[in-house]
Amino acid sequence: MADIHRKQAAVRFLTLGDSAVSVEFGDSISLAVNQRVMALQQVLAAKAADNELPGIRELVPTYCSLMVLYDSLVLDYDTLIARLEELTDDLQLPEEKNKTVVEIPVAYGGEYGPDLAEVAALHGMTEAEVIACHAAPEYPVYMLGFVAGFPYLGGMDSRLATPRRKTPRLKIAAGSVGIAGGQTGIYSVESPGGWQIIGRTPLQLYAADREQPILLSAGQYIKFKPILEADFKAMME
Amino acid sequence: MNIKIINGGLLTTVQDEGRYGLQASGMQVSGAMDMPAAALANLLVGNDELADTAAVLETTYLGPELEFQADGLAAVTGGIPDVRLDGQCVQPYRTLAVKKGQHLKIGAQSCGMRAYIAVAGGFAVPKVLGSRATNLKLGIGGWQGRKLTAGDILPVGELPGYAAGVLAGKKRLRQAEAPGCAPEVREIRAVLGPQEDYFTKEEITAFCRETYTVSHESDRMGYRLQGRPVQKAKQQDLITDGIVFGSIQIPPNGQPIIMLADHQTTGGYPKLATVAGVDLPELAQAMPGTKLRFKMITVQEAQELLRRRHRKQLAELAGVKAGGEMPLYSSKARRYNLKISGEIFEVVVDPVD
Repeated sequence: MADIHRKQAAVRFLTLGDSAVSVEFGDSISLAVNQRVMALQQVLAAKAADNELPGIRELVPTYCSLMVLYDSLVLDYDTLIARLEELTDDLQLPEEKNKTVVEIPVAYGGEYGPDLAEVAALHGMTEAEVIACHAAPEYPVYMLGFVAGFPYLGGMDSRLATPRRKTPRLKIAAGSVGIAGGQTGIYSVESPGGWQIIGRTPLQLYAADREQPILLSAGQYIKFKPILEADFKAMME
Repeated sequence: MNIKIINGGLLTTVQDEGRYGLQASGMQVSGAMDMPAAALANLLVGNDELADTAAVLETTYLGPELEFQADGLAAVTGGIPDVRLDGQCVQPYRTLAVKKGQHLKIGAQSCGMRAYIAVAGGFAVPKVLGSRATNLKLGIGGWQGRKLTAGDILPVGELPGYAAGVLAGKKRLRQAEAPGCAPEVREIRAVLGPQEDYFTKEEITAFCRETYTVSHESDRMGYRLQGRPVQKAKQQDLITDGIVFGSIQIPPNGQPIIMLADHQTTGGYPKLATVAGVDLPELAQAMPGTKLRFKMITVQEAQELLRRRHRKQLAELAGVKAGGEMPLYSSKARRYNLKISGEIFEVVVDPVD
């Protein structure tokens, strides 16, 4: 039987000063690497909840690594690294059936997606083809970052890859769905930006006053569902 | 009780220890830049049980003018700020008993960059996502998610026991030692990593030999430094990963950026080193124009320094607290030993005045 573990890149423990380490599982963006990040997050979160590893303050997953923030008055570096070595050695990947897919309704084109026509023209596609192509995959949420609730997604069809706009917009509405190079994403808060905007979701990815302030979390999948402008307006009310 | 803002100063925000637990969602921590100074200010006004969580005001070089709408206690710490009560010069690093209607004005800093104003009971603005810290980027927390301006009226929490004791004349005012001014070139200790492998040994040595100046393009999010550009040896782009308070990023132009309290949670520039926690308060007090020189230490050394500082702080805080207690007897008291049936008793005689 092939030993899968041997094929994986060696785990590296990177030091971020006296109160954080990053556990790095590889140096390329891939689902396989990101799943190991998420698996370690789950194991450590469970240990911290059971008070088996006191001193862990926070866990921040990114594409290839898990940043572990800790209180060094409670947990010292050498003890933490020894524990992390043990835990990464026999890391079990979660089962596929636990996959969570979050549906994101999107009004494509028109006032909500001012760059849809341009993106379609650039790729010799119709607007409907771009929408179908963009709404087909289940996109993994690799991480959140940049601002609260902003998801870094993988898995966009390479036929949709489009360079950023030459002149960034000063204001992009929260919920805007865009393309930048080979990536697609959703603006969680209003901000300036150079992404090609092809649609907008009425869902709030970030709302401070909601019980669950951040809609998405790393490790989930999202699927875009095309909706009509009228549906968008109805959902906003 | 409320406090009215007469003048907001340059950039005054409500801060506490920060908004933890949501960094995995991309939420910045924010919070006081100089945490020990904020905690000391809280202790001076008797927010003992809340020293880490009671909200304070953080100023930026030029502080605000506040009007107290009821009797209370205040204390100002952080660098050496100019503090005036109804125009009279008063000491920072001391409990100030403030009467209803009095104005507390924080002027320029003669040392440091940020003062912390604590009031007994803490600034009782609503918590947002578990914290009262102002997040300017998202416009949440603090007072309406923004810096303070004239006319704002901030609520203050219930007076803690110590404050009530002071106002009733049963407790003494507390005081702490003010720090000295930092030297012209500050040595900042740092731990190599997480991306030291993007740089050659020679480049790292050069980075530690040179001095870097804190530029005017600096804020609570980060300090942009000016000095010898740091060259990357590895041209491969870094895949975005985690950032902490103190991360030293090297962007493509080679001029380092130190990430501070309002830092983004993740970023794609290689990070050469991370400032040791023990030196973060001093760094947070660095004005634009301050010169920094970096010294690399090991992570174990950095943790030992943190432990030592923690012990020292606990002892100092205990001393400040003890100084606020009334002695049982006056200085005129006399002690006598009395022998009654073979047993010796101490008797204290204190004149009544």
